[in-house]
Amino acid sequence: MDSLSNKKKVLEQKPLTLGERLYLPAITKGLSITFSHLFKKAATVRYPEVEREFSTNYRGLHSLKRDEEGRERCTACGLCALSCPAEAITMIAAERKADEKHLYREEKYAATYEINMLRCIFCGLCEEACPKEAIYLDGPIVPADYLRKDFIYGKEKLVEKPLEK
Amino acid sequence: MDAAFVIEKFILVAVIFGVSLLIAMYSTYAERKVAAFLQDRLGPDRAGPFGILQPLADGVKMFMKEEIVPATSNRWLFMVGPGLAMLTACIASAVIPWGSPIAIGDRVISLQVTDINVGVLYIFGVVSLGVYGVMIGGWASNNKYSLLSAIRAASQNISYEIAMGLSIIALLLLTNTLSLKEIVAQQHGWHWNVLYQPVGFLIFMVCAFAETNRAPFDLPECETELIGGYHTEYSSMKLGFYLFAEYINMFISSAVMATLYWGGYNYPGMDYVAATLGTTWAPLIGTAVFFLKIFAFIFFFMWVRWTIPRFRYDQLMNLGWKGLIPLAIANIIVTGVVIAIVEKF
Amino acid sequence: MSTQVFYLVATLSILFSLMVIFAKNPIHSVLYLILTFFTFTVHYVLLNAQFLAVVNFIVYMGAIMVLFLFVLMLLNLNKETEPAKSPVVKIAAAIAGGCLIVTLIGSLKAVSINSPLSLQDPGLGLVENLGKELFGPFLLPFELSSLLLLAAMVGAVVLAKKDHTEEA
Repeated sequence: MDSLSNKKKVLEQKPLTLGERLYLPAITKGLSITFSHLFKKAATVRYPEVEREFSTNYRGLHSLKRDEEGRERCTACGLCALSCPAEAITMIAAERKADEKHLYREEKYAATYEINMLRCIFCGLCEEACPKEAIYLDGPIVPADYLRKDFIYGKEKLVEKPLEK
Repeated sequence: MDAAFVIEKFILVAVIFGVSLLIAMYSTYAERKVAAFLQDRLGPDRAGPFGILQPLADGVKMFMKEEIVPATSNRWLFMVGPGLAMLTACIASAVIPWGSPIAIGDRVISLQVTDINVGVLYIFGVVSLGVYGVMIGGWASNNKYSLLSAIRAASQNISYEIAMGLSIIALLLLTNTLSLKEIVAQQHGWHWNVLYQPVGFLIFMVCAFAETNRAPFDLPECETELIGGYHTEYSSMKLGFYLFAEYINMFISSAVMATLYWGGYNYPGMDYVAATLGTTWAPLIGTAVFFLKIFAFIFFFMWVRWTIPRFRYDQLMNLGWKGLIPLAIANIIVTGVVIAIVEKF
Repeated sequence: MSTQVFYLVATLSILFSLMVIFAKNPIHSVLYLILTFFTFTVHYVLLNAQFLAVVNFIVYMGAIMVLFLFVLMLLNLNKETEPAKSPVVKIAAAIAGGCLIVTLIGSLKAVSINSPLSLQDPGLGLVENLGKELFGPFLLPFELSSLLLLAAMVGAVVLAKKDHTEEA
């Protein structure tokens, strides 16, 4: 069949020449190539000590944001949990008491908020679904751990640190 | 046989044994480092500075791991396999001259465990026994991959032993002796045998790669086809013994290559050094040079491993039987003719 | 000292050769045979025949036995595959074995046994002397045997070579 693109090349398998059958020229060539790599800079990043620069839209560990007065923004509406394709997010809502106004921005807040990092696929849909701009995937890489239960991150790990007064 | 002689030899054996184990240990580390550097990586660098304690960590890991003996295996032979591999790897070092004799006071200490007058053949014999560890272990595992690997190892070793023996014969035509001590002594200064026997050395080296089951001849432990090869069923320190034996083999074959072809402990300018430093310190420098050569060969083993892909089985047999053996025979004939002509005129 | 070593090694040789016969598993048989050859190597060393010892080591232990082991591993012989032998074969084997023993004992009686450990020429087994003997007085038989080996090798190559006539 004729090629339509005219780019077809028929490769001929020629029998090996004497030099090729000796293997030695090819071997020395290969050896010199690998030897030259001895002097190249290693591409390794020594991870825990040195971290690679992330792109600005990198999605890492979630963080639950506070507003400018240091109050938690999350109102436990559940839209993030609903939007999550991996079903990684669960929460229990609670009503804000009168003396907790400085802690929570809205009248309803998340008493517990858990993300299972083993389920999470870091798609960022929770971030997009949130009407209160409360959750962002702007953290580092989720660290490794030994037990499954340690991968279920609660509020103590997710909520941003309180503002410095 | 006086007591001092026995003690002297005992210490020498202990030191050589210890040094071979130490070098084998650090060869595992060097292998990983060389592999890393050739691939633009860093290699193990967590255990100690530059990862220098990595072999210890690996050793501890090997000892602590659970030991599994397959239920359908031949229990006794399963145990014998790794031990035999280790034994044959270690005993070859007995005839290698590690340095010229050292004079301490009025006592001259030979740095060779024993100088038997068939030293070359002894090494050859021990090398040919090396395959039993692999064969017995592979068969006793009662696993098809192990068995295939054992059979591959046997056929590979036998095929390459022939070419190796023939390449040595050409060398022996030159040296007129089978004693390693004399072979080294003949290569005084820079009169290294490799200058007279480059083809023989090339054949010997290729065969050494094949006999130690190193890449590109690592078909017996080819992961992609045979899982782990003969040590598929092995775990814990038995596996460690097999891996260790490979590195000791590499060390010994490097030492043999350095002894037979690269002048052993001889180096250019050794007479000057011997005259200035005296008979106690000059031999130690010779030994250091010898070890330098050995390390260069070990590096070469690793360098080749991380460069060349594995041979296919038919290519392996082709190279051995159709390539190396005729070449070795031609080498013998050419060497013989040249020697005859040189002696005539 | 040397005599004691001889008797120890000789006992081991006999023990291992008996094990070759009595081992049920053919692989074990071969392994015992290897051990037997090893004791033979020690005997050669005791007789100061270093070259013979090493050659026995390389050729028999290192090459021929590897091939034996190789073939037996491929055959995978075990009790199930062992064919049942008829009593006629067993009786014939017993008679043949008995005849062999009688012949051996008879021929051994004819040989005068000299002291095995006192060598007339202790340097005979060394490489140099052996080579001079082989290439001097025994040159013709030596070359004839090498011719025999060459013929066997050529025969093997001819058998192994592909038949090209069919393809043409």
